[in-house]
Amino acid sequence: MVDVAAPPSLIASRSRQRRSLRTWLGRKSTIAFFLALPLIALIAVLVVYPAIYAVHLAMLNKSMERFVGFSNFTFLFKRETFWMVVWQSCLFAITAVLFKAIIGFIVAHFVHNIPAKGQRKWRGMLLVPWVIPPAMSCLAWLWLFDPSYSAFNWLLVKLGFGAIPWTGDADWARFSVILVNIWIGAPFFMIMYLAALKSVPEQLYEAAEIDGANWWQRIWYVTLPMMRNIIAITALFSLIVTFANFDIVRVLTAGGPLDKTHIFGTWAFRVGIEGGDIPLGASVSLFMVPILAVAAIFILRDITKRGSEV
Amino acid sequence: MMTVVTAASPSSPTRSAPKYGSMKRDRTWALRWSYFFLVLFAIFFLLPPIYMLITSLKSSAEISAATNPWWVSNPTLSNYIDLIGSRDYQIFFRNSAVVSIVVVTITMLIAVPAAFALSRMRFWGSATLATGVFLTYLIPETLLFIPLFKMMAVFNDWTGIQLINRWWVLLILYPTLTVPFCTWIMIGYFASIPKELDEAAIIDGASWMQTLTKIFIPVALPGIIAATIFAFTVSWAQFLYPLAFTTSTSELVLPVGIITSLIKGDVFNWGQIMTGALLGAAPPLIIYAFLMDYYIAGLTAGATKG
Repeated sequence: MVDVAAPPSLIASRSRQRRSLRTWLGRKSTIAFFLALPLIALIAVLVVYPAIYAVHLAMLNKSMERFVGFSNFTFLFKRETFWMVVWQSCLFAITAVLFKAIIGFIVAHFVHNIPAKGQRKWRGMLLVPWVIPPAMSCLAWLWLFDPSYSAFNWLLVKLGFGAIPWTGDADWARFSVILVNIWIGAPFFMIMYLAALKSVPEQLYEAAEIDGANWWQRIWYVTLPMMRNIIAITALFSLIVTFANFDIVRVLTAGGPLDKTHIFGTWAFRVGIEGGDIPLGASVSLFMVPILAVAAIFILRDITKRGSEV
Repeated sequence: MMTVVTAASPSSPTRSAPKYGSMKRDRTWALRWSYFFLVLFAIFFLLPPIYMLITSLKSSAEISAATNPWWVSNPTLSNYIDLIGSRDYQIFFRNSAVVSIVVVTITMLIAVPAAFALSRMRFWGSATLATGVFLTYLIPETLLFIPLFKMMAVFNDWTGIQLINRWWVLLILYPTLTVPFCTWIMIGYFASIPKELDEAAIIDGASWMQTLTKIFIPVALPGIIAATIFAFTVSWAQFLYPLAFTTSTSELVLPVGIITSLIKGDVFNWGQIMTGALLGAAPPLIIYAFLMDYYIAGLTAGATKG
């Protein structure tokens, strides 16, 4: 009976409401939002929230019961190991990226020089270090660096040199870590530079050649300026990856000898997970943020700049 | 706006034939030097995997005899037979395979629709979100593993569901590494599809979902393959998360399993370790060998588009 008594205007408004709900659901922006919702949820719950939570954790005491403000950070500042980790992280990242870039550039040039039909094969072979999972290839390096059975040392001794303590001595261990970093990362640079080299118009080289430029001048005045963007962005990417690396140091030296090869990632793991001091581990890894942020800002600026150019 | 630089296409035609004799001689020498250095670099780059293979064919007796490490005098497959027959190794391999395949599926189910929405159907905040996705890709896992570890522990306190030391916790963790990058390169691939194509579809009465499944996914298939390969290799190779989150032998994945179970104290069974490492590197290498062009396209697209 009540239903019958309902005034026509109410029915009309209700159906209008339903219609507006349907148009809202059918609207482009609404569909788009729902399509992107899983992505938003994932980033919010598993990336943004943990990042903020890390700051909160870093301000608790070891048993995580009491808020201690910045005392974890000041405690780190007083520890010599912390400053060693800062120094080593920067040293590894900068030298490794520099050599990756140089080797990648040289190899890309050689691949670009040879006839086109052979390039695919060489490129395929030279990218192998990048394809193998780093933890697996580092095991091979660990075995090559083995204190008593090192295959490198076997060769060195045969050639009349002395054996090298690849992972036993602090300086050599640092060298080994950088070497493996370069080995894994240089092929990536090579691929990026090769793609960039192919996009440099051939006419520019011809013009330079007619003007009497030698090969060095062609590289310096034609190739490098044309590739500047790619070089910058690849180096920044690699800087982030190398700086925040974990696998290589963990497998090769586990931070040793005497913490002389620890970087932020491995030391945070040692302190936070193995040492059971989660707040201190969180504060160690948070120290990566400033450097990562600077690199990220440069990459982002570059990408938006190129976006607006086109 | 976002163009995809692919190295996939067979390279540009070789430089035009030189007209002068001296130039030609220069070129021949440049070519010889190129080959010479390429061989040197190839040796440097391929040395560790080759050494893995050499060691994996040796018996423990031959390894400890410390004869020429670069040569196998008595090749044997016993390391392979032992390892493939070992129960632990089978568990690691199965865990790795299940985790990688499920993560790839989850990743593509999240990334493709989101990339479609972000590249074609602008909505409030979509541009910011696209930038945010890229920034997320730049956040390394070394920054997040400690808070995530604590989050899982708190989750256990609240709900009683144990997440730490379960292999499937990796199904929750790995997408944080794969989804941002895959979304980002799919945005690039979708943006390179001409607008007229989907406008025509919409005018013909196709819904947005039909436009996605009938036009965008088939047209951007190379990009989807590249993203799939990326997601698979990242999940297969990930080392930090399984090392931090799983400890029991039955819950380990391949990279961590080989390192923790084959290295017992100071005893290194190098023949088996190298065999395990080689078999662990095999799936990504096989995919790479067959789908190299897609692999490289994905690699270059990630950084060079914008």
